[in-house]
Amino acid sequence: MFDLTGKSALVTGASGGIGGAIAKALHGAGAKVALSGTRVEPLEALAAELGEGAYVCPANLSDADSVEALPKAAVAAMGSLDILVNNAGITRDNLFMRMSDEEWQSVLDVNLTSAFRLMRGSLRGMMKARWGRIVSVSSIVGATGNPGQGNYAAAKAGLVGMSKSLAYEVASRGITVNCVAPGFIATAMTEKLNDEQKGKILGQIPAGRMGSAEEIAAAVLYLASPEAGYVTGATLHVNGGMAMI
Amino acid sequence: MSDIADRVKKIVVEHLGVEEDKVTETASFIDDLGADSLDTVELVMAFEEEFGIEIPDDAAETIQTFGDAVKFISEAV
Repeated sequence: MFDLTGKSALVTGASGGIGGAIAKALHGAGAKVALSGTRVEPLEALAAELGEGAYVCPANLSDADSVEALPKAAVAAMGSLDILVNNAGITRDNLFMRMSDEEWQSVLDVNLTSAFRLMRGSLRGMMKARWGRIVSVSSIVGATGNPGQGNYAAAKAGLVGMSKSLAYEVASRGITVNCVAPGFIATAMTEKLNDEQKGKILGQIPAGRMGSAEEIAAAVLYLASPEAGYVTGATLHVNGGMAMI
Repeated sequence: MSDIADRVKKIVVEHLGVEEDKVTETASFIDDLGADSLDTVELVMAFEEEFGIEIPDDAAETIQTFGDAVKFISEAV
């Protein structure tokens, strides 16, 4: 099950906790992986850890030219691009009334517009191959909203609507387009929360704990696999029951 | 028939799975040959690769028939 031997995957935000776990899961299933991110050092460390079949493709997702070049660089490194994982994301939280245009735009650029460009740039090869998998990492807040995250929630909800639209267009070509929506995941970011903050969050999660990056990676691996060929336009919520939608 | 027309016809026949004699000068990809809008995008992609040319989106929109395709490509190569 879930064998990706012979497939090539591009993972954005691979220098982060969830992105790194996704890259490891896909590589562990036999795929070649192109690791993308802005910081080269952690990407190279991860590539060294994975060994053969891992390639470093740095990119700045807030720069249109850099984004356009990324699928081409991935194909040059791996020979093809069968699986695209839009995982990269940034936050610029602020209360709505205080949110600047720059905070809004930077989050939309990196979290939504770059995903659009990467999808567009990856489709030609997938159409010709009559096989492709696109998985975007959305968020629970894209469905529920979250105070202070109007920009982030808009971008994450945008990924869902965009993926559904593309899923319609390319379903007949063997290409599936889906989202994974994580809830609270234990990462470097959540480690900074104090016990009171953590307690408050855990009180809202029926599972009684935060999720792990590996649990998100497992959902991505499933949607990237041949076995998920009949799943498209879906959002797989991985949130310990925090929002049952 | 010119070499270009032969090559275009071959792509259309293969891609749309239609009989060769249906691919006439005025045959519309969508109305006569059963293509959907995504098929027309793929045909343009295939023409670009076969002939090593770039077909911009606004030009692609004007290529509705087999004859349109042959005419555009003959002028572009």
